[in-house]
Amino acid sequence: MMPNIKILTEGDSSILIVFGNEVSPEINRRISATIELLKNQHIEGVIDMIPSYCALLINYKPEITPYAVMRKRLESILAMDVKSSVSSKHVVEIPVCYGGEYGPDLQHIADHAGLTPEEVIKIHSSRDYLIYMIGFLPGFCYLGGLDERIHTPRLANPRLRIREGSVGIGGSATGIYPMDSPGGWQLMGLTPVKTFDASREVPILLQAGWYVRFVPIDEQEFERIRELVAKGEYECVVHDEEVE
Amino acid sequence: MGFRVLKPGMLTTVQDLGRYGYQSQGISVSGVMDVRSFKIANLLIDNPENEACLEITLIGPTLEFTSATIIAITGGDFSPTINGKPAPMYTAIYMNKGDILKFASARTGSRCYVAFSSYLDIPVVMGSRCTNMKSITGGFKGRKLQADDYIGFRIKRRYLPFFLSRTLPPEDFTKEFAELRVIMGPQSDMFTKQGIDTFLGEEFTVTSEFDRMGCRLDGPFISTKNGSDIISDGIAFGAVQVPAHGKPIIMLADRQTTGGYAKIATVASVDIPKLVQRKTDHKIRFRAITVEEAQKLYLSELEELGGMRKIIHQPCKEVLDCRLVAKRLTTLFVKEEE
Repeated sequence: MMPNIKILTEGDSSILIVFGNEVSPEINRRISATIELLKNQHIEGVIDMIPSYCALLINYKPEITPYAVMRKRLESILAMDVKSSVSSKHVVEIPVCYGGEYGPDLQHIADHAGLTPEEVIKIHSSRDYLIYMIGFLPGFCYLGGLDERIHTPRLANPRLRIREGSVGIGGSATGIYPMDSPGGWQLMGLTPVKTFDASREVPILLQAGWYVRFVPIDEQEFERIRELVAKGEYECVVHDEEVE
Repeated sequence: MGFRVLKPGMLTTVQDLGRYGYQSQGISVSGVMDVRSFKIANLLIDNPENEACLEITLIGPTLEFTSATIIAITGGDFSPTINGKPAPMYTAIYMNKGDILKFASARTGSRCYVAFSSYLDIPVVMGSRCTNMKSITGGFKGRKLQADDYIGFRIKRRYLPFFLSRTLPPEDFTKEFAELRVIMGPQSDMFTKQGIDTFLGEEFTVTSEFDRMGCRLDGPFISTKNGSDIISDGIAFGAVQVPAHGKPIIMLADRQTTGGYAKIATVASVDIPKLVQRKTDHKIRFRAITVEEAQKLYLSELEELGGMRKIIHQPCKEVLDCRLVAKRLTTLFVKEEE
């Protein structure tokens, strides 16, 4: 088994595998790779897995696989070499209409950073963000790697309603609101893409371990994509890129 | 074919054993709070173990049936009545078109379950019929029931053999105290020895902040070594978080998928029903057991439920007593004539 990995109990129906105690892309990749392995190995009785920054919670049915057996299976799977199985980076493009009524706080973010709104948009949309985990709301992604220049404190008074699809900054994090929700993030834009849609065959668009790339679009493009999304005909551009 | 909601009660929702398989996407499990009462309601009328039922909370609803079916009511005692007459709990009951099923407020316990042999006509969303109110997903329109809602049935009334045997002794929800057995961890090493001793040795009180998401307890301060913030990780049903204020919060059916507070322990599955049937000001104590012991308890509960299934599938002793049979048959005929 890899060093520093701990297998802990979380009640009689869950096991928590802890891979480390820091937020790092390397640990996150290990977790994604472990999930792939676990899926391929198919342990009977496993009913759900919740990956997070540096841990993986496994829900299981003890009447199918009791603790001792489950632990042994996990130990043997964790002993396998997992690094080789992740060799590419899956990037999903999220089109965003920045500023104006779509992103009412863009000017504030720019003022705070001492930049122009155009520079903020350029900085925000010029790198890929690793999805460390999904939680809080259905499909809400915890994205890592926001450029320090545009870190912006949350609003002093959170909004009671943030529009579904809003893209914002909260401190050192950036993300997309998957549904209408109260919240305190600074809103810089809006995406017509639905990251959560319960009526869709795959309700959640994004997965932990993938990357998000924000692509600036104008209002006409926003409307065009919004109509396609409404008809269920829009598919995000994706790239699979090699990682070193 | 179904029932109409005349009064919704405080919080009446469609639930089953929950929506598993989507937590990695931030979608909570939801599902019933009291798994044991839910399973007994379904088994009394030969429903599949995971068939959706109504979960009723503290103040019950009034329902008008627009077709015949068979139901079973379990859990806390909400003084249910049918057309004004007391309805038995833990018993299969014939319902006829036009019958009014009314629940008062919880006399014992705080949640009650109604299973329907005609199966609720609720679409399966992401593998479950349960209601996730936060995501407005699943169940009846993703929300709690309101007056004038109409829920249909998927099938007509089924024949149930050994109908007169379909009764079990009601469970006891009168206690104002519960001892919850817990499995320590996963982050119990973040607490001081004194903190652990406080958690396992002292008495805690259920506060009014008790809903489907979680139950906050009041009590002595549980001390940590270096604060209780962790890098957010997954949360299991029954996990006991202790935030910086040092008071435990037990995470329940509608818990968020991940959280950033240290979990000192997790309540054994078989003891979660004891907690969720308590009310504000009731007392709680914790006792540590091993994961193996907790799983053994869980397996014996499954066996116990299997035993119940056998009991209700045997010819009824009352069949040997003509007067009792006549009495029960009379009630059936009266209803059939309507």
